[in-house]
Amino acid sequence: MTAPFPTRKQEEWRYADLDALQPVWEQLGDVATLVLAAGESLEEMWLPIADDVQVRRVQLALGEGANARIFALNNAPVYGRIELEVSLAEGAEFELYAANIGAGLSTNEIVTNVKHVGEGGRSRQVIRSVLNGKAIGSYLGKVEVARGAQQTDAEQSVKAMLLDRGATANCKPELEIFADDVKCAHGATVGELDAMQLFYAESRGLDPASARALLLEGFVMGLWDSAGEADAIGDAARAALRRAA
Amino acid sequence: MLEITNLHATVADKPILNGVSLHVPAGEVHAIMGPNGSGKSTLAYVLAGRPGYEVSEGSATFGGADLLALEPHERAAAGLFLGFQYPVEIPGVSYLQFLRESLNSQRRSRGEAELSGGEFIKLAKAQATLLGMDAEMLKRPVNVGFSGGEKKRAEMVQMGIMNPKFAVLDETDSGLDIDALKAVGAGINRIMRAPEKGVLLITHYQRLLDYVEPDKVHVLRAGLIERSGGPELAHELEREGYAEAAA
Repeated sequence: MTAPFPTRKQEEWRYADLDALQPVWEQLGDVATLVLAAGESLEEMWLPIADDVQVRRVQLALGEGANARIFALNNAPVYGRIELEVSLAEGAEFELYAANIGAGLSTNEIVTNVKHVGEGGRSRQVIRSVLNGKAIGSYLGKVEVARGAQQTDAEQSVKAMLLDRGATANCKPELEIFADDVKCAHGATVGELDAMQLFYAESRGLDPASARALLLEGFVMGLWDSAGEADAIGDAARAALRRAA
Repeated sequence: MLEITNLHATVADKPILNGVSLHVPAGEVHAIMGPNGSGKSTLAYVLAGRPGYEVSEGSATFGGADLLALEPHERAAAGLFLGFQYPVEIPGVSYLQFLRESLNSQRRSRGEAELSGGEFIKLAKAQATLLGMDAEMLKRPVNVGFSGGEKKRAEMVQMGIMNPKFAVLDETDSGLDIDALKAVGAGINRIMRAPEKGVLLITHYQRLLDYVEPDKVHVLRAGLIERSGGPELAHELEREGYAEAAA
């Protein structure tokens, strides 16, 4: 059974490309559920496929002391959405390292809702977007800390690089905290490639296109540093960057 | 080899170079000294082609070709190397990858075969060792977390790897302790002292010139070469200061 079709009035669908989503909602609208028992570990790599519209909706429940680490590349030609609702029991750890790489008229978005339910949970979300043309890349990240979830440590780092004037990045970290002894850090920047870095690379012999590609690669590839097996996602990210740069 | 004639340049519409003329023949090392704000770094950047550094008059030829008509990466491929006064940090890109792609890009445009990963690492390690730099540092992101002295050493390692025909070294000696200064001086001599190569050494102080003896010393002031002479001119400047020496 598919969920009711969303509307733009819902905050978490505010920047979505609903026109592109409508025809495929029946196939893609379902939410997958993942449950980790106490102490279990999970590492996932979410790579893009060739379809115009790609949607991944996941509900992830982490038991006591469980830990999940997700590496994701969002790079749909028309509309890509990675949606994650995570709940953390006591001492659970959640890490998300994700990139939106968008070209042309595409919309790619990462929407998360991380719920710290138990004490001493840790969550870390690192998002990097590279956008050219009139592409839109969004991150909407809500962190909820429940009343009893003391010693929560939540972090959101969001950076976007716009390669053309028409590209758009939306960064929206959101916090709802009901406990008084917690750490919730968030930072967001939107920028262009650094002119001095470009000149430095060109002065060493890289042509302007290669210099841009290398700098962008550095911006994104750091995401996979802690991955067990980063070759596939690294190669996919490199290919996506070549198309965007 | 490098022939600069009546070079005028502006930065943000402000005139900085006001008619610099300078000839560095192959096989020679020339030093440019001068007070702060005299245009030394601007000259280096103009020669390397930094965007925003506009040439309004004059010319610069390198090996007979019009240097100013080339893009920065084409100047590198032609054999020009700029040692930066403030080397730039590039997070997320390892030194090995940065230099291998740069060198191979140069080699491609010269019609030479590219170096394989193994060949490059061998070359990079050898050059790092010769400059007294831990080769493990080349695995780190470009200049990130390097001290001032390490960055300058790394510039010389880059020069050793690129093996250019001509090097413009912009205050490569600043921020170095005595040991590092000796190592860098020895590196410049080893890499660049050859009959077919040339160096323009920009410095504030005499001390680097104790290790890399220049064939000529020029004093740049207010965007003009005010005096030129032999190595003894550097000693005179050191003794008497720029104000005195000009009088």
